[in-house]
Amino acid sequence: MTVNNELINQSQAFSDSTSVIDVEDWNVYYGDFHALKSIFLKVPKNKVTAFIGPSGCGKSTLLRCFNRLNDLIPSFRATGRMTYHGQDLYSSNVDAVQVRRRIGMVFQKPNPFPKSIYDNIAYGVRVNGIKGDMDEIVEQSLRRAALWDEVKDKLKQNGTAISGGQQQRLCIARAIAVQPDVVLMDEPCASLDPISTLKIEELIHQLKENYTIVIVTHNMQQASRVADLTAFFNVRVVDDKRQGYLAEVDRTEIIFQNPKEEATQQYVSGRFG
Amino acid sequence: MLSIILTSLTFIFTTAILIPLFMVVINVSAKGVNQLKFPDTFTQLPPPPGLTEGGFGHAIIGTLITLAIASSIAVPFGILSAIYLAEFGRGSKIAYLVKFSANVLTGVPAILCGLFAYSVVVMPMGGFSAFSGGVALAVLMLPIIVRATEEALLLVPNEMRQAAIGVGSTRFQMVISIIIPAALPAIITGVVLALARAAGEAAPLLFTAFNNNFWATDPMQPIATLPVLIYFFSIIPYKASQDLAWAAAMVLVAIVLIFSIVARLAGKQKAFYS
Repeated sequence: MTVNNELINQSQAFSDSTSVIDVEDWNVYYGDFHALKSIFLKVPKNKVTAFIGPSGCGKSTLLRCFNRLNDLIPSFRATGRMTYHGQDLYSSNVDAVQVRRRIGMVFQKPNPFPKSIYDNIAYGVRVNGIKGDMDEIVEQSLRRAALWDEVKDKLKQNGTAISGGQQQRLCIARAIAVQPDVVLMDEPCASLDPISTLKIEELIHQLKENYTIVIVTHNMQQASRVADLTAFFNVRVVDDKRQGYLAEVDRTEIIFQNPKEEATQQYVSGRFG
Repeated sequence: MLSIILTSLTFIFTTAILIPLFMVVINVSAKGVNQLKFPDTFTQLPPPPGLTEGGFGHAIIGTLITLAIASSIAVPFGILSAIYLAEFGRGSKIAYLVKFSANVLTGVPAILCGLFAYSVVVMPMGGFSAFSGGVALAVLMLPIIVRATEEALLLVPNEMRQAAIGVGSTRFQMVISIIIPAALPAIITGVVLALARAAGEAAPLLFTAFNNNFWATDPMQPIATLPVLIYFFSIIPYKASQDLAWAAAMVLVAIVLIFSIVARLAGKQKAFYS
């Protein structure tokens, strides 16, 4: 267990700021398959935390644990403790729907609803019963997602009719419209061109003033550009099955310039993964 | 060389498929058009055997009433069970059982649907009725609607479900306001195709809705329908009756064609998501 203690110490890198999500000894199973092994992690408030690592290392799986999206998978099972502001996220009296309102998500592929731009944002606001002037909430959310100027004249247009980069910003606007506290991003730029990617990254910088952000990325430069804290996940073979684990987590500049683990060094310098 | 032969072979066989359809349409139109007399054909009752003039307005109305009864049964059952299959019960044993039953039901001969309605509706109620005809057609339509709707729902990308769940909607809200609207064009297509199939069936109606030579709108009374009218009039040895049967065939083909075109138009709006 010395490794785990070390990890706890490493994630003290932001001990000055309070953590929003605390993960202790978190294990994920799909049926008999042990997908993620004993994760210890603290997600600091109003910072950007990046998850990097090779495919199949479980970084997206962990991200989807934060808003209980894995609940939708019948074979999913987890052990350990995951708290949000000190409250157990997986306690039986916690409503997963409420969790998802507080912890929003942006997906890999832009997935606006086949509705108007306006309704894309209004939908989440309505299902959550948030009171207020809908026009104002829509404008606010679009402004925060840096999309307002581009779509203000075509709010009635279908959300699927705008460009991929705009769609992804619409999805970010949709996520923040329900006033979450944490925004999870699962490779949000994976299907975008470099200019759209840059816009999303700028947006992430602005958003962290108000939100805690966790982003999964395969793009090392992106992690180094946007993240305050970087967690490197790796994969090892146990009983012929691939098992993900958290190899190292620290301030982004340390992970990229002076990591403690050999594997991290190799991964961030592009020698494997 | 071989490639040319094979290409021409596939082309010839493909066009051969079109021949029956065109033959039916041309044949029916050629013999039916001359018998159509506007507006008598659509507003009059058939004449006594041997006499000319008259129409079959009662059978057009009867077909529409029977179809309305059938869809008011088959559409809610079909769509709701398909929603269960695709959204809530996906992968469960009962879903498998329902899907298997629907597949078997697709292969059940239409006349057996009529027998079923005869034994559960006609016998207990003591007589032929439009309602029993509707039940027979509903049994026929049900598997078509279930399968088309389930496929339409499964075509909605999973990203859409995750997006809806991700902003904090319940699964019920997700299905009602995101999944069904996205799948609606394809669902409508399925329903209309089922209607088109049911509209042309005579066998299930022979001993359920039976026939009626007069105007009837009471669902508890026997009612005339186009397919049954065509069947009865075509075996009457008077030319006037047979002419009327041709005209009815023409109207039936037109109704089915209109349904199919509506289905196509509804399906075209599918490009919402890609």
